[in-house]
Amino acid sequence: MEHQAKAHLLEHRDDEAAKLGMWLFIFTEILLFGGLFLVYAVYRAMYHTQFHEASLELNVVFGAVNTIVLLVSSMAVAMALTALQENKVKLSRQLIWLTVLCALIFMVNKYFEWGAKFEHDIYPGSELLRKLEHGHILYYGLYFAMTGLHALHVTVGMIILIVVERRIKAGKVHAEKFVFLENAALYWHLVDLIWIFLFPLLYLIT
Amino acid sequence: MRAEVQDFYRGTYLENTGRYKGIWAWLTSTDHKRIGLMYLYAISAFFIVGVIIGLLMRIELIAPGKTIVEPQAYNGLFTVHGIIMIFMVVIPGLSATFGNFSLPIMIGARDVAFPRLNLFSFYLFLFGSFLAILSQFMRHGPPDTGWTFYAPYSTSTGTNVIMATTAAFILGFSSILTGLNFIVTVHRLRAPGMTFFRMPLFPWAIYATAWIQLLATPVVGITLLMIIAERLFHIGFFDPALGGDPVLYQHLFWIYSHPAVYIMILPAMGVITEIIPTFCQRKVYGYKAIALSSVAIAAVGYLVWGHHMYTSGMSGKSLWLFSFLTFVVAVPSAIKVFNWLATMYKGSIDMKPPFLFALFFIFLFTIGGLTGLVLGALATNVHVHDTSFVVAHFHYIIFGGMGFAAFAAVHYWFPKMYGRMYNIKQATIASIIMFIGFNLLYFPQFIIGIEGMPRRYYDYFPQFQPAQIVSTIGGFVLAAGLVLMFYNLIRSARKGEKAPANPWNGTTLEWQIPSPPPLENFEEIPHIEGKPYNFK
Repeated sequence: MEHQAKAHLLEHRDDEAAKLGMWLFIFTEILLFGGLFLVYAVYRAMYHTQFHEASLELNVVFGAVNTIVLLVSSMAVAMALTALQENKVKLSRQLIWLTVLCALIFMVNKYFEWGAKFEHDIYPGSELLRKLEHGHILYYGLYFAMTGLHALHVTVGMIILIVVERRIKAGKVHAEKFVFLENAALYWHLVDLIWIFLFPLLYLIT
Repeated sequence: MRAEVQDFYRGTYLENTGRYKGIWAWLTSTDHKRIGLMYLYAISAFFIVGVIIGLLMRIELIAPGKTIVEPQAYNGLFTVHGIIMIFMVVIPGLSATFGNFSLPIMIGARDVAFPRLNLFSFYLFLFGSFLAILSQFMRHGPPDTGWTFYAPYSTSTGTNVIMATTAAFILGFSSILTGLNFIVTVHRLRAPGMTFFRMPLFPWAIYATAWIQLLATPVVGITLLMIIAERLFHIGFFDPALGGDPVLYQHLFWIYSHPAVYIMILPAMGVITEIIPTFCQRKVYGYKAIALSSVAIAAVGYLVWGHHMYTSGMSGKSLWLFSFLTFVVAVPSAIKVFNWLATMYKGSIDMKPPFLFALFFIFLFTIGGLTGLVLGALATNVHVHDTSFVVAHFHYIIFGGMGFAAFAAVHYWFPKMYGRMYNIKQATIASIIMFIGFNLLYFPQFIIGIEGMPRRYYDYFPQFQPAQIVSTIGGFVLAAGLVLMFYNLIRSARKGEKAPANPWNGTTLEWQIPSPPPLENFEEIPHIEGKPYNFK
């Protein structure tokens, strides 16, 4: 503690604080999605059958592939951190690019999935949706809101990972000072974790 | 000590310029004290705007029917008054201003844990405030939903709701980051030897507040995003025509906005807890009880949101549970009040302005708190729901409580901030004028509220007019007191007498360093041996 207080004075650096800050930020993200999960729970209870019917329309293959892709990406970013800690800079950077690639695959998948829905005239406020029952409208509203907000987080995560990779290349993030990568990885795991909840809630539970 | 480290201690934080000159030295500063002062200036400016809007409403209400504005403009006025006062003044008021200025010094730190993030929060705050003010002047007219943005009106009105809710979202984000910063600061940067139970009680209050900011604000964030999505894409979350439930919006909104009341009042209680021991020169009574009651308020305060919605439609079981919890949350507040009074007992009381403000706080807060129980009880609530009784209760807690505590805080830490002392006599007179004006303004609202005067109404029956006239007069008395207070403070910041390092004979760490403090506060981080508040 005393040693670190001095380090703070001379270098203005405290890795423990940075990590604690990131964890707290992750709490806030979970609560942000928590609001949507709450709405989901309420309407699922209210319109049980219609939620069931609407969820059958989702393509489980798309969802399952994306789940696997995100799990692989989480593993890759965790390995990137270990690689950097062991000073294997090149390997670490490759693994980060692998993570970004997975994220990209996820987004492309999502694009096709959403695109198919739009083609069938299923999107918030669409003509078709207005004619459906209330439970269907709310299910698709939640589907687009939840996966949309999640996709936004995937995009932000990708940008952060690319910034980290650039900083590793520039030598600013290295084996002695890796907290930036660690925090980026934590954030990426959050993105993964939220999907792990979204996938069964939207695609699997019937 | 290294040369560049020594350089930090040349001059006070007010003089030390760093890389830039003039105003840029402030706008780019990551020093917690400068950021605290910038918050103070910005919030004071917004406060004055809010007060002017409040006075306009008071003038409008002096007689039934139209006095100065049209009904739609009046709806805009109370909405804007609410948004400015809640999101831009009261929520960041004490936590961002004095949490920044005083908290790091009081725990023996040189700055907060993330100084750059701190400056970023400040700019988010400014940006959000800018949007909120802009929403008043854009086309479609100012939002007219009230600051609560209740659906389904907020999703269907033609006014500028999207910009106002975006502003509230950004202000909330700023509040989250500030809270996050303070939690990490308290965990990582306490001086060696300062255990949690050796921390002064203002940091305790800020710490508890920061947890509420962190854990409650995201919920309102997503709720506001849902309102925006409703307006843009007609998703139907809160629209009965599409199967949604407007009452669900009320739940989501109050899940944040009730804890937000504790974001407002906890730091205020923390300030009072600093002032009372200092001006009584007596150890605070029940240190642990006060510290833990802050945490208890933060925890239980989460579970009482339903008491805003007794008349909205809820099951009987939820009603009595929420009512019971509301009464439970009053207990820790009462613990604090009794501990303050017990601290004064046999103390050598010094009636300086900060202490006077603290006494007014206790008086007004107690009235606000007790009338809160009238609202928390199920039967009486139905009678006074949505009447001016609620308006009076709310202002007794928020203005009489948080507002007077903020004035107390400014008068308490003013000599530390500027190294100068304000005119004690003027400050005393101003505080008494404000106290009288405040009671004239809000007490009549209790009475006509019980008699049936609805809140947010533009027009009213003639029998309410005498009370409305008293209220309006009170409003102007209060404003006169504010003018005197601001005049005194602004003049003294530049020309006041030089203040010593410890003018009040306080015992906490901020009084042990020079006034104004040097750039990084402490030349040598102190080692803490015992409890705070050891008066000799």
